Amino acid sequence: MTSNNKMLVKLKNAGYQQNDKWLVKGVSLEVEKGKIVTLIGPNGSGKSTTAKIALGIYKKIDGEVEKYTNKIGYVPQKVSIDWTLPLRVSDFMVLTENLKDDAIDEALSLTGVVHLKNKNLGNLSGGEFQRVLLARAISKKPDLLVLDEPVQGVDFTGEIALYELIKKISEELNCGILLISHDLHTVMSATDHVVCLNGHVCCSGSPSDVAKNNEYKALFGEQAAQTLSIYEHNHDHVHSHEGEIKKN
Amino acid sequence: MFDDFFIRALVAGIGVAFVTGPLGCFVIWRRLSYFGDTLSHSALLGVTMAYSFEFNIAISVFIISSVIALILIQLQKKTNLPGDALLGLLAHSSLAVGLVVIGFLTFIRFDIMGLLFGDILAVTVNDIIIIWAGGALILLVLKLIWKPLFASTVNYELAEAEGLNPDRAKAIFTILMAAIIAISIKMVGLLLITGMLIIPAAMARNISDTPQKMVLFSIIGGLLSVIIGLFSSLEFNTASGPSIITASLVLFILSLLKIKQSIQLKN
Repeated sequence: MTSNNKMLVKLKNAGYQQNDKWLVKGVSLEVEKGKIVTLIGPNGSGKSTTAKIALGIYKKIDGEVEKYTNKIGYVPQKVSIDWTLPLRVSDFMVLTENLKDDAIDEALSLTGVVHLKNKNLGNLSGGEFQRVLLARAISKKPDLLVLDEPVQGVDFTGEIALYELIKKISEELNCGILLISHDLHTVMSATDHVVCLNGHVCCSGSPSDVAKNNEYKALFGEQAAQTLSIYEHNHDHVHSHEGEIKKN
Repeated sequence: MFDDFFIRALVAGIGVAFVTGPLGCFVIWRRLSYFGDTLSHSALLGVTMAYSFEFNIAISVFIISSVIALILIQLQKKTNLPGDALLGLLAHSSLAVGLVVIGFLTFIRFDIMGLLFGDILAVTVNDIIIIWAGGALILLVLKLIWKPLFASTVNYELAEAEGLNPDRAKAIFTILMAAIIAISIKMVGLLLITGMLIIPAAMARNISDTPQKMVLFSIIGGLLSVIIGLFSSLEFNTASGPSIITASLVLFILSLLKIKQSIQLKN
């Protein structure tokens, strides 16, 4: 195991229940600096809940969470912003951190939306807003990025570019990333560690391990079998933990 | 030129407007209009307590309003009733209890109209000191909690996740609300304080595109309302609170014209 100073957040057998119903139970995972950990699972399997446990948004939890950093960037799955608030993109960028103008421009340029800087947040399209959310999360140069479906509503080419950006950021900032995605295709190629959830941890390990796991196949059913077949069709290699490409 | 009482009222009202401007923006952003109403209704109980125990009105109102706010937070946690029902319950029961207590205080002559709608004749030098000192303190605290309060107003989970402690900011803001009601009750009256919080901020929303501008215009709108309102109160011999609120309503209507204009420009 690695030494503790690389550790960013650690969940030990964590769970959360709401109205006497367990949203997720018995999750153990850890995110280290420079590593991308991805949560996958069907709808309602507790992915977002797990992220919120890790972030400390849910307080009355089962099990334990250990957080080793406060420099966190978060892209929530759903952001409902009340339009009684007049808010421009530039106001939103400095929401939780005071940033210099250059830093705002730099982050917005990275996600390709610097031209929207003075636009009102309410006038953005879904994809544009998503890019602003991601820019805001990375602009503070966090130790830990928690990205809950960060590219939802982004066009196809943009999606690939943003996932590449996320990968690049994790290398440049040496930050840890907890990523939630339903896009198995992308996940499998960029991730160091996959945790497959279905109310509990159904399996976890390197992407290739998880892809071969029977429970995983059973969980995702026919559609996943297809995705998986596409995946296997397109790729003749797997990534090792160090990011090297290994031939199958 | 003007009588002393009028100058006192003007100085007091201007102090109040500086504080209601920014707080009012948060009342609108956080949808707290009825919360403000509830606190100000409970203020009557605070006033009667002040008379009963010969205590300073502002301090007494502040204490009672804070207690009502805490009770509300507890009730929200412990019962299944919706928020607006709880607000209504507390607002009207505290108003009723306050009026009943007044009935028992037969040894004091109460100017109920003055309490409900404000009375510029009642403003003393002491009140001015409380308004300006208390107001400065409220603004200072608001500035200190601005970041977490604003961030959690935009999105609670973002603020919580990124370590801003929004719950603490919310609790402090609740106390600030009780404080502004306490210091402005004599000027505006307890039935109309929420109007002073909401209407200038609503007017500002119509003509602003950033949060900073909205706060600034809200303060300016409040100042104009106080000045215009008090002058007409003097001129037409009307109660100070309704005059101020009516002035702010006129400003709000004017701000609607600006919206109409910008919509026409877009088309």
